[in-house]
Amino acid sequence: MFIIKNVSVGGKIANIHLIGNKVSKISYDLRENMGVTPTFDGRGGVIMPAFIDMHVHLREPGYEYKEDIKSGLQSAVAGGYSAVCPMPNTNPVCDNQYIVNYIMNKAKECKLARVYPIGCISKGMRGLELAEMASMQKEGVVAVSDDGMPVGSSGLMRKAMEYADGLGLLVISHSEDKELAKGYVNEGANATRAGIEGINRVAEESMIAREILLADALKTRVHLAHVSTANGVDLIRWAKAKGIKVTCETGPNYIVGTDDLILDYNPCAKVNPPLREESDRQAIIAGLVDGTIDCIATDHAPHSMSEKSREFATAPFGISGLESAFSLCYTELVKSGLMTLDRLSELMTGNVAKILNIPCGEIAPNGLADFVIVDTAAEYVIDSSNWFSKGKNTPFNGREVTGNVIATIVDGRVVYKK
Amino acid sequence: MRKHLLGLEGMSRDEINQILDTADIMRTHIDNNEFDNEYAKGSSVVNLFFENSTRTRTSFENASKFVGANVVNISVATSSVTKGESMYDTAMTLQCIKNDIIVMRHSIAGAANYLSKVVDAHIINAGDGQHEHPTQGLLDMLTMRREFGRLDGLTVAIIGDIKYSRVARSNIIGLTTMGATVKLFGIKTLMPQGIEQMGATVCDSIEDAIEGADVVMGLRIQLERMQSGQFPSVREYHREYGITADRLKLAKPNAIVMHPAPVNRGVEIAGDVVDGEKSRIFEQVTNGVAVRMAIIKLMSEAK
Ligand SMILES: [Zn+2]
Repeated sequence: MFIIKNVSVGGKIANIHLIGNKVSKISYDLRENMGVTPTFDGRGGVIMPAFIDMHVHLREPGYEYKEDIKSGLQSAVAGGYSAVCPMPNTNPVCDNQYIVNYIMNKAKECKLARVYPIGCISKGMRGLELAEMASMQKEGVVAVSDDGMPVGSSGLMRKAMEYADGLGLLVISHSEDKELAKGYVNEGANATRAGIEGINRVAEESMIAREILLADALKTRVHLAHVSTANGVDLIRWAKAKGIKVTCETGPNYIVGTDDLILDYNPCAKVNPPLREESDRQAIIAGLVDGTIDCIATDHAPHSMSEKSREFATAPFGISGLESAFSLCYTELVKSGLMTLDRLSELMTGNVAKILNIPCGEIAPNGLADFVIVDTAAEYVIDSSNWFSKGKNTPFNGREVTGNVIATIVDGRVVYKK
Repeated sequence: MRKHLLGLEGMSRDEINQILDTADIMRTHIDNNEFDNEYAKGSSVVNLFFENSTRTRTSFENASKFVGANVVNISVATSSVTKGESMYDTAMTLQCIKNDIIVMRHSIAGAANYLSKVVDAHIINAGDGQHEHPTQGLLDMLTMRREFGRLDGLTVAIIGDIKYSRVARSNIIGLTTMGATVKLFGIKTLMPQGIEQMGATVCDSIEDAIEGADVVMGLRIQLERMQSGQFPSVREYHREYGITADRLKLAKPNAIVMHPAPVNRGVEIAGDVVDGEKSRIFEQVTNGVAVRMAIIKLMSEAK
């Protein structure tokens, strides 16, 4: 037996009694069983189901200098996550059962966060023929995506959605028409001022429209990754009203950042899809508030500093995000009064578990003991040099935020404490 | 003079006037064949060109010599820059060799800004991607000021490939700072989104842009824009959107024609206009040397 004591549950201070990886009791008698069992003191914190991130890049195998499974999972638990879904654009790409197996075994050895890998849609992520989805699923894959190398062929996307649907596997679309996306930042006034080639928003929106219409015609599910534009949100709102089986995510980058951040050529603000305009950011937030956007995923994309300290055009796309996600979202969405902490919890945990059909923590008798304890009063300044992730690349360094993770519990074990 | 000349963005009227006033004096030296000045004696200038431009490089080279500075040219093969790291490595090498002023041309926007953060020398941006080309903007303003005696109140029409032009951006920023009105015309495939937010007026036709202008500035239309499908043919381009003697009749009677060169005769501008009495295209070249002399002089004095 193990007790997490002095944590806030629904506004009341309680002790959570655990047996193994399950909750046995929520006790409001703070003296019950004290002195006989090991405890963890979460004083000052609010306990919630730990977060689940359905879109991360752990970089292993192949790019261990950017991140590896261990450093990525250390970063995840420090960010309050009990589970993450790594994207398959590693080297080699995760397009077969053996790579899935490798990732699962590496992750188990770490004894940190759970890992639910995402496999490729197409062999070699080349967009030509379907990868062995059923075989990958048997080894633990929960979804398929060619994230980073979007499926250009509408014919292949159709087959992928049909084949995956037969397996109950989720297809995640990185919606981008490469023909319209030959730039580095959002096309608009700031790109023009900086003289940087822009990516037109239609690159994303036209593919969102394609996936929605395919899902409607085929009666299959589709999940849209990192939605970043106002029209994208409107298209999804329309699709949901029609009953099309579409879900989507956005990320802290688009909740907090705009393309004002590129004006000083900081390569850490280079991300794909690109940071958009303030009107997009407001539309994204409105979509989160009204439920058009189902969940928040970081698209954690660690890179080495030598790659990210090049000139803007040659630096790679991506922002490291696991360790700043909660603080940025709490500050922007909850502290600002736009939503409750419970709603943020749904966006970062409950809805993600539903979309992926995987378990998540539950503060109730017999609930899974995957928890995060957060201090909602903590104020600090983001400084990525303190992060566990190898990727220190963020444009949000120096930002004052409120809300911090003080502990993460996975399978009834404290895997991170501040 | 500020430490670096990365762009005209953020520069005040006084700062621009200081450079133009000094350039007027330099221009007098050139006109009097006085090429052995010692304003920057003891200074060393490195011309670091990641993109080929004999014209701009020679202008900086002569300007450096004419104010008494030592000058070295480094051309970096474009093939080795594609990875990006070589710029940092080159910069570190330059940092170790004593030099005072680095003149850099690079195909990537923000490259001069980047270099200014990693080396101690003064940086002069000689063009970074589609971002800025401040010495071109300054030499253009010098040419206009010498012609009209002022910049305040002038109307300048900039016509051509606005989207890919760093010259357009530097001119828009510099001219609006100095109180001029800037009108733009480009075919829509060559117009960048949101350019009006930089203070220029976007016109619907070339005629609208030229009408009432004191200065008509053409920008080079690169043939690769046609090859990449941004317009259908040179023939159609010139006929519909070229700067011709006929269209120039819409400008003010004493209007002048400018172009950053090299020109594509019969594409963005008619050959007879290039050679015509309104043309100040060759005057711009001389003013380019004067402006660059002024900047090297002012930077050397500030070190
Ligand atoms: Zn993606």
